[in-house]
Amino acid sequence: MTTPTRTHVTGGIGTSVRRPDGVPKVTGNFAYASDLHSKDMLWGATLRSPHAHARLISLDTGPALAMTGVRAVLTQDDVPGLPLFGQEEQDQPVLCDGVARYWGEPVAIVAADDEETAQRAAASIIAEWEPLAPLDDPEKAADDGSLFRELKIRRGDKEAAGTVVVEGVYETASQDQAPLGTEAGFAIPDGSGGLDLYVTSQWVHVDHRQIIACLDMEPDQIRCHPAGIGGAFGAREDISLHIHVAMLSLATGRPVKMEYDRSESFVGHVKRHPSKMWYRHEADADGNLVKVTARLLLDGGAYAHTSRAVLANAAFFTVGPYRCDNVVVDAQVVKTNNPPCGAMRGFGAVQACFGYESQMDRLAEELGVDPLDLRRQNAMRGGDPLATSGQVIDAPLPTVEVIDALEAIPLPEPLASDDPRLLPGGTGLTTPASKVVRGVGYAVGLKNVAFSEGFDDYAEARVVLTRAGVEVHTAAMEVGQGLVTVCQQIARTVLGIENVAVVWDDTSHIGSAGSTSASRQTQMTGGAVHAASVGLRDRILADFGGDELRNDGVYRAGERIATIDEICAEGPVEHLVRFRHPETHPPDENGQGDVHAGFVVAAHRAVVDVDPELGLVRVVRVDTAQDVGKALNPQAITGQLEGGIMQGVGLAVMEELVVDHGVIRNPTFTDYLIPTFLDAPAVETRIIEAPDPWGPFGAKGIGESPTISSTPAVVAAIRAATGKALTRAPVRPQDIVGI
Amino acid sequence: MNVTITVNGEQRVADVAASESLLNVLRDDLDLPGTKDACEQGECGSCTVILDGEAVCSCLVMAADAEGSEVTTVEGMGEEGHLHPVQEAMLAEGAVQCGFCTPGFVVAGAHLLETNPHPSELEIREALSGNICRCTGYGAILRAFETLSEEGT
Repeated sequence: MTTPTRTHVTGGIGTSVRRPDGVPKVTGNFAYASDLHSKDMLWGATLRSPHAHARLISLDTGPALAMTGVRAVLTQDDVPGLPLFGQEEQDQPVLCDGVARYWGEPVAIVAADDEETAQRAAASIIAEWEPLAPLDDPEKAADDGSLFRELKIRRGDKEAAGTVVVEGVYETASQDQAPLGTEAGFAIPDGSGGLDLYVTSQWVHVDHRQIIACLDMEPDQIRCHPAGIGGAFGAREDISLHIHVAMLSLATGRPVKMEYDRSESFVGHVKRHPSKMWYRHEADADGNLVKVTARLLLDGGAYAHTSRAVLANAAFFTVGPYRCDNVVVDAQVVKTNNPPCGAMRGFGAVQACFGYESQMDRLAEELGVDPLDLRRQNAMRGGDPLATSGQVIDAPLPTVEVIDALEAIPLPEPLASDDPRLLPGGTGLTTPASKVVRGVGYAVGLKNVAFSEGFDDYAEARVVLTRAGVEVHTAAMEVGQGLVTVCQQIARTVLGIENVAVVWDDTSHIGSAGSTSASRQTQMTGGAVHAASVGLRDRILADFGGDELRNDGVYRAGERIATIDEICAEGPVEHLVRFRHPETHPPDENGQGDVHAGFVVAAHRAVVDVDPELGLVRVVRVDTAQDVGKALNPQAITGQLEGGIMQGVGLAVMEELVVDHGVIRNPTFTDYLIPTFLDAPAVETRIIEAPDPWGPFGAKGIGESPTISSTPAVVAAIRAATGKALTRAPVRPQDIVGI
Repeated sequence: MNVTITVNGEQRVADVAASESLLNVLRDDLDLPGTKDACEQGECGSCTVILDGEAVCSCLVMAADAEGSEVTTVEGMGEEGHLHPVQEAMLAEGAVQCGFCTPGFVVAGAHLLETNPHPSELEIREALSGNICRCTGYGAILRAFETLSEEGT
């Protein structure tokens, strides 16, 4: 059912090893969740609320049940167990519980013989609604006390004051992860009352915990399998159709497939939190930050999902990678009737970075100093306390080094062509090149790696030596980032054996690897694979009295003393590790404490060409320097840096989920714009290696940083070109033209 | 209704509904799931196939209109051990991450190189601007096609 990953690739850490799933992916043979099917399967479909807030007065499923080919119609009354789910807080009904709290909330589900019948049947269900006023204004929600979480940070002297003060109010829009593969799932009854589930996911074990609670089943009755996934970026961190497809399969005793189309996908997963941030930076006359005061407001939408953790990230990175002894932050994430928000690449740090980097530029302008010099002067380094929590992490943090490396990348030549493909607006442009204005902007961003605030964060991996080679067993989700390659590289390097396959285990065969999010898997599952490989190697060496393991056996002083077959004479030899990062703790009442496990820093420089008459922008280049700890696979790192930048560029100039009274107005790829090949800037990358104390071989998680500071860098460049304040991302043509 | 299409050199017959797209027929009826479904609007290019010599979004082609046509999908481009140069170049440059857009880029890119063996950077960008990739930022894909352009496959 899953795609084999044992293909002919070799190579240890530090080399750009090819992906083991690359050949299946370029030939169309890789099995994504949406490709799974069986002859006797049914199709599932979902009826959704047409209102952002409404009372469900009655629900008549009769018309659907009467249709030929319909095998089940289920509502909230049919949920066997806990009627609520949620990763952090179980607050969302599996199906509408009498009140719809967001537009598109699932109300009923249908299984039918084919996809079209299932969709027609879902549409035939008669729901009578009493529309209620949606709470769609986050500031009103804050005033009303409609909160998922409030976090106050008080550090240093509240009376402290600087002589140079800048204040600003900043906003970021909601962004969709828009992974190309939509939500898809396939449930297969096991004949004993249980199920095997293949659903797009970033963390099968946390899905599993919620699914068995809602189905009221024992853990071993439901097996969640890592399924092929067409991108994630946070959208797969929370439950979508998992429980629905399982319920339909249990109710019918048949395999059931569900797959959202693009429009349903837009309502079917959580978004990046839109934000509003009030900032006050105070510095002394020499440019040293004296105090930062901020209020952060995130809109969590209708249900909690990961909002609490997103808020913590925004709050703890309010100041960014800068030293400041006096900090006051009031952060809130509110509950509204807007689309539910949760994880997206950067996870709260994106919003804050737009605020603090906009402020650093304003402060530099107010002081009359170079914006990069101001950043270098205030840069947080390894051993400095984080401005907000006061936490000191004994690890390198090359903030100055990434700024220096970025600045050393040459700037591009001036625009010299009237080729419309190189001008803002592309081939539709009417302004000549001579009217186009260029701008350059910088930003630096800070992010934590792995889960924080005392969460018991671990990853389990089992490394097995068989006569056929090494197997790395894990449930960590490979979502495209290349974890599968890195796991092989780590095992090869430690074991000295080239033939390594990654085997994806379901939830009943291995413990949790934790989430593929928070830039954590290279360090966490990579760390588990490293530790398990070391444990296995050392045990084999000890058993045989050897000093080296190679492809063909155990060696002592250069002489082979046992073959692989002899090592495995009594069967495969294995070592299981549950890897944990250094302990973290919840913040105290002032937001102080050792909240995080590690930090990573990156810097971006954007060059833009702007047509000020039409308000159009072409992002010419975005260059970057990033701390990676240790580059395990340089090519894969470049891919993460370039890809992450593009999502940051998207939020800077085009990506915005337009929500009107709780209703998403642009839930299609026609109306929600994603950067294309022609929008994509050239990118030059500089990899800085400052080894992490607990990452495997010193590696750091790097997936999110590329997205965090690229957005404020692009907006800073547009400010430089236009002279406009531009306090909101994305920048729209009307913001530049001033209408 | 029955529709006869030559797919990857093989004549295939499918019983299709009047409303069905070529994409659906390829994936669901002809067991060729390599062609991907991501937007259903012709915006993302994940479903690109060659239809009678033209690169098209198969989600926008009615299956019934493909009667008598020749279609090439990603499954017809190459296989392990005999990869198409585009497939090989994308692997070598690290142009594959989640891979969901990859079949569309393989087909559209192969078509580009057939019609223009030495495309410039801008020609590559323009020709492939109908194919969205959400993972790579296009850098590795550009490098793959620049290499192919120099080689003049």
